[in-house]
Amino acid sequence: MNINEVLRISWEAIGKKKVRSLLTMLGIIIGVAAVIVMIAISAGTEATISDQITSLGTNLIFVSTSFTRMGPGVSGGTQLVYDDATAIADSISGVTGVVVEQDASETVKAGDVSLDSISITGASPDFKTVRAITVASGRFFTYEDVTNKKKVIVLGSKLAEELFGSAAPTGQSVLVNNTRLTVIGVLAAKGTVGEVDYDTRAYIPISVMLQKFAITPFSRIKGDTIRMVFVQVDPKSNMDNVILQIKILLAKRHNVTLASDSFTITTQQDIIKTQESTTAAFRSLLAWVAGVSLIVGGIGIMNIMLVSVTERTREIGLRQSVGATPNDIRGQFLTEALLMSLVGGLIGAGVGVGGAWLFGLASSMRTVIVLSSILLAFGSAAAVGAFFGFYPANQAAQLDPIDALRHE
Amino acid sequence: MDAAHTIIETSDLTKTFGMGDANVVALDHVSLEVKSGELVAIMGPSGSGKSTLMNILGCLSTPSSGSYILDGENVSNLNKVQLAGIRNTKIGYIFQSYNLLARTTALRNVMLPLIYDRSHKHPRETWEQLARDMLEKVGLGDRMGHQPQELSGGQQQRVAIARALITDPVMIIADEPTGNLDSRSGEEIMKLLNNLHLQGATIVIVTHDPIVAQYTERVIHLKDGHIDTVVHNGKNHHLPALEPQAQAESVAA
Repeated sequence: MNINEVLRISWEAIGKKKVRSLLTMLGIIIGVAAVIVMIAISAGTEATISDQITSLGTNLIFVSTSFTRMGPGVSGGTQLVYDDATAIADSISGVTGVVVEQDASETVKAGDVSLDSISITGASPDFKTVRAITVASGRFFTYEDVTNKKKVIVLGSKLAEELFGSAAPTGQSVLVNNTRLTVIGVLAAKGTVGEVDYDTRAYIPISVMLQKFAITPFSRIKGDTIRMVFVQVDPKSNMDNVILQIKILLAKRHNVTLASDSFTITTQQDIIKTQESTTAAFRSLLAWVAGVSLIVGGIGIMNIMLVSVTERTREIGLRQSVGATPNDIRGQFLTEALLMSLVGGLIGAGVGVGGAWLFGLASSMRTVIVLSSILLAFGSAAAVGAFFGFYPANQAAQLDPIDALRHE
Repeated sequence: MDAAHTIIETSDLTKTFGMGDANVVALDHVSLEVKSGELVAIMGPSGSGKSTLMNILGCLSTPSSGSYILDGENVSNLNKVQLAGIRNTKIGYIFQSYNLLARTTALRNVMLPLIYDRSHKHPRETWEQLARDMLEKVGLGDRMGHQPQELSGGQQQRVAIARALITDPVMIIADEPTGNLDSRSGEEIMKLLNNLHLQGATIVIVTHDPIVAQYTERVIHLKDGHIDTVVHNGKNHHLPALEPQAQAESVAA
């Protein structure tokens, strides 16, 4: 029997019972669509997180106070302070920049314009190079500005426009929560990177931030406590060596042993790897869930194929009487099951891709359609069709032609 | 066609069902012969074994013992696949309930046996023309695109006859071909079969209807699994078909 004939017979059989075929395919459609949508969401989440990590700069080491050591109950000795950051910048070779960052949300006024809840970032001067920021006019603040706690401010491009319109902001003054600051520069537009909109915020020296806007009951115990230091390392120098040097330096400065574990030092790569392994675990869980739904879909197909074999017993008998062999009959029903799951897979892939796209539009979550997920889902659908189609097809092939012809 | 050519030759054909004490003998040493071009009826009450005989003659099953030679080929001990091949190339079936594929045109129904032809005697491109020729032959040239539900019972049975003819079989087996038809349509079908017979077709009709049997040359009566009597109607198959009036009289007689 010719393969075109088999395909045509199967296709017609599916077409004769459109609603039933569609309902039968529903399990496969949902299964395949679910795989694609869920993987798109998880890939989107992964991409968002990895964007956030890489948006902090490249080749970074993250230094922070160990989580368990933080809080009001511990002695001040093992808290990371601003001076630690300058010490790292000054005394360790291979370090190309150190960023300390502290955010606050304040009201900003310029003339008669007043804007509420504007994000203010207090940062060290290396912020500019590590985050790859370009200054459009004026200048960024320097180490002198930080050391002298100069009351200066650099504005994001959109914020500058909102506050001053077309007038040149440089040299003007703004009021941030009643502290008067002088605008020394405006940044070039950078847009949103890793969910941080660089254009709508303002930047001030970290020392001013700690003194004026981020006062906590504990920040003055010993220097200015900070949460994290971002250390950018020269790509040519040895990362592990730099980490070791930072560890030794911090241990010396805080009078603790190297083994005391007071500070957590991780590289950007470590964080990306950890994040990747988390999403990989999440994805394999999704794959199992999707696998189960595909199996349920397959059972649905098997069910309907068994019903179909019973309903079409006389047709099977007729085909046998005009010369169909058991293999012809088996092939016909197997092809029908396979075709049904493939069409279901195709519809499911369409629904999945469309669904993932719509989900990305409608929600704040990002979705990334992964080609391999489409192939995987489609392949599984075909395998399910072949597996669950075999039993009914075999039942049909084993029918006795005399009984089949007599079947009412 | 060689008139002496033997199509069916069975000797001591026996079929038993079940095992041990519950053994039922459905066919008991049946020996018969059908020559090429013959129109034969097999009759008998239910339980006489006529269905069992028909199934074996039609290669739908095999005998428990005895031999069956169809068109010079011993088919007594063939396996399922071989039997399917024999059914495809040598036998044309006509059923009481037509057994046409629903929602499929007459043309496609007639082409059905060709898709299972493993000898590829007819190339794919010729199938449609072949099917058209067969439908013309049974007088349905104007109904080729119709589906079974759009045809009358008599027309459906004619589609089935066209289907039986398409592989050019050595014999046609008809199982109660008029059983589902009114007498007028039944008569048309019997005339059609008689015409085919006059053109040289070998036809075996299984029936319990004496009117149907009247159309045949020879009636084999089965009883309790063996041949009871054989009645020769004495009709010369080279004579033209009976006129409706004469036919009615012979039926009445």
